[in-house]
Amino acid sequence: MAQDTQSAIQNPIIRVRDITVQFGSTRVLDGLNLDVKRGEILGFVGPSGAGKSVLTRTIIGLVPKIAGSIEVFGVDLDSSNTAQRRNVERRWGVLFQQGALFSSLTVRQNIQFPMREYLRVSQRLMDEITMAKLAMVGLKPEVAERFPSELSGGMIKRVALARALSLDPDLVFLDEPTSGLDPIGAGDFDELVRTLQRTLGLTVFMVTHDLDSLYTACDRIAVLGNGKIIAAGSIADMQASQHPWLRQYFHGKRARAVMS
Amino acid sequence: MSGDPKLERIAKGNALALCATGTWTASFAPALERMVADAEELAGSPQNIFIDVSEVAKLDTFGAWLIERLRRSLTKGAVEAQIAGLSANYSSLVDEVRRVRASPVAETSAITITGMLEQIGRAVAGVGGTFAGLIDMLGAVLAAGVHVLIHPRSLRLTSTVHHMEQVCWRAVPIIVLITFLIGCIIAQQGIFHFRRFGADIFVVDMLGVLVLREIGVLLVAIMVAGRSGSAYTAELGSMKMREEIDALRTMGFDPIEVLVLPRMLALVLALPILAFLGAMAALYGGGLVAWLYGGVDPEAFLLRLRDAISIDHFIVGIVKAPVMAAVIGIVACVEGLAVQGSAESLGQHTTASVVKGIFFVIVMDGVFAIFFASIGM
Repeated sequence: MAQDTQSAIQNPIIRVRDITVQFGSTRVLDGLNLDVKRGEILGFVGPSGAGKSVLTRTIIGLVPKIAGSIEVFGVDLDSSNTAQRRNVERRWGVLFQQGALFSSLTVRQNIQFPMREYLRVSQRLMDEITMAKLAMVGLKPEVAERFPSELSGGMIKRVALARALSLDPDLVFLDEPTSGLDPIGAGDFDELVRTLQRTLGLTVFMVTHDLDSLYTACDRIAVLGNGKIIAAGSIADMQASQHPWLRQYFHGKRARAVMS
Repeated sequence: MSGDPKLERIAKGNALALCATGTWTASFAPALERMVADAEELAGSPQNIFIDVSEVAKLDTFGAWLIERLRRSLTKGAVEAQIAGLSANYSSLVDEVRRVRASPVAETSAITITGMLEQIGRAVAGVGGTFAGLIDMLGAVLAAGVHVLIHPRSLRLTSTVHHMEQVCWRAVPIIVLITFLIGCIIAQQGIFHFRRFGADIFVVDMLGVLVLREIGVLLVAIMVAGRSGSAYTAELGSMKMREEIDALRTMGFDPIEVLVLPRMLALVLALPILAFLGAMAALYGGGLVAWLYGGVDPEAFLLRLRDAISIDHFIVGIVKAPVMAAVIGIVACVEGLAVQGSAESLGQHTTASVVKGIFFVIVMDGVFAIFFASIGM
């Protein structure tokens, strides 16, 4: 782990220091530190309600923190001005747990929404890129004219990923991308994330519960517990850990089934 | 980031190389698109053309697709244009976009006269559907009501009380304030104009009859349609969007009985109470203005009021209240349950709920006016 921190300091794409988040009198995150290295897929696990989504939302600025600092792409998000912040936001994509597609726009309009805002390109190019993104996330071109309410759960996740990727970001946040997908679909999704990471050179911050994802997709795993990172490292490190929750998580029935 | 992207034409023997350099990413997409469009004009030339991408510093989906687009338009018949110098990092990305087929995108239909006529026709036909929907809901609510009468324990009492609090108790301050002000204004206007004929005292007659028969209940009903009708539609609509109503149905509950009936009941009980409070507040406001502005002291006001109005006026007003409440409730619930999957649809139906609610309240008031006139009340 010491090694990990050292190499992360060289080029961390996200640098979180001493983050504290409190709702009422409950302290959800308590002096948390985390580095995400450029080009890696970081799997983020922890018990339900431990604050995984809260950390994600704190980093992207949706939840206020009471202490600590966050740097993304080397920009301190607290001291940055609006232009800097917009520039950072333009370079990240977020996949929300429920997809969060705009319900009154078609799939095509959803994917083109960020392009319209940030790029001045022709409608033709936007349409073609939309088709490319749909193909990348494994959807048929016909889906483009449908509304989110006409899509299945898995399709919503894929469209949401296509929208998160629509500006070719350097960093994507995935909040439980494979929850609610069938095992084959989830496997495809992991494969997709891997492929995209290779082809586009993405850095991926993935909150997940899916052991398969951890084994097949992630380069590194961070574990959240009691408002702190209790462990970070490769899957082998996790399996070797003596922490009771980690032992249960990586040596339980389900984990054995995935391993075998 | 390393430099602006360029696409240079370099002759190599009898072939022409298009050398792409610099950063081919989304940030430069407009410039890239222009360069590629220029280069596409070479498609007619007899030379052999290939695209050299060995000098590209950074490539993303936008860049990769534009190179692919260029390759496609330079491809002549069976002879494919080639991409040379592709680094291993980017080959999978280029392969990925190569599989994309650029299907023509459906044109958004322009506004035509026939299209507009069609829309008008559909809207007119939709009016019939609206009435059918209202009658359907009325029937469903009555059926649920009968069921509750036979099995009183199936009444959702907690829910009814909760909605009573929302639509009645919490509405009292605003309803009382507004009717009070309206009462003040009616009295002031009445005194101002009646004074010219020396008929100041008749303002009490006008105020009493107007407030008890019409303004009290009508104003309160319109406010309730805006305040609670919209809330009902939004609540039921968002429950519909999140499949909560389907969930109820699959558990064997009747959404009408669980969701609609308590709301209807609360509204039907609340509106007479609010109308009564509203009428009292308006009379109080009118009396206050008559005293302070018109010089009619409270004793004279009350004496005149006793002569001017009878219990009939009060009954005419208050009898309308539950009927109007039922109309508002039914319209709101029909609209709520008609919400489709999108946020836009929720907004449309909430608007429709308030607009139709107020419209039907006024229509009902007219029908009542004819009815009471013909029975001599």
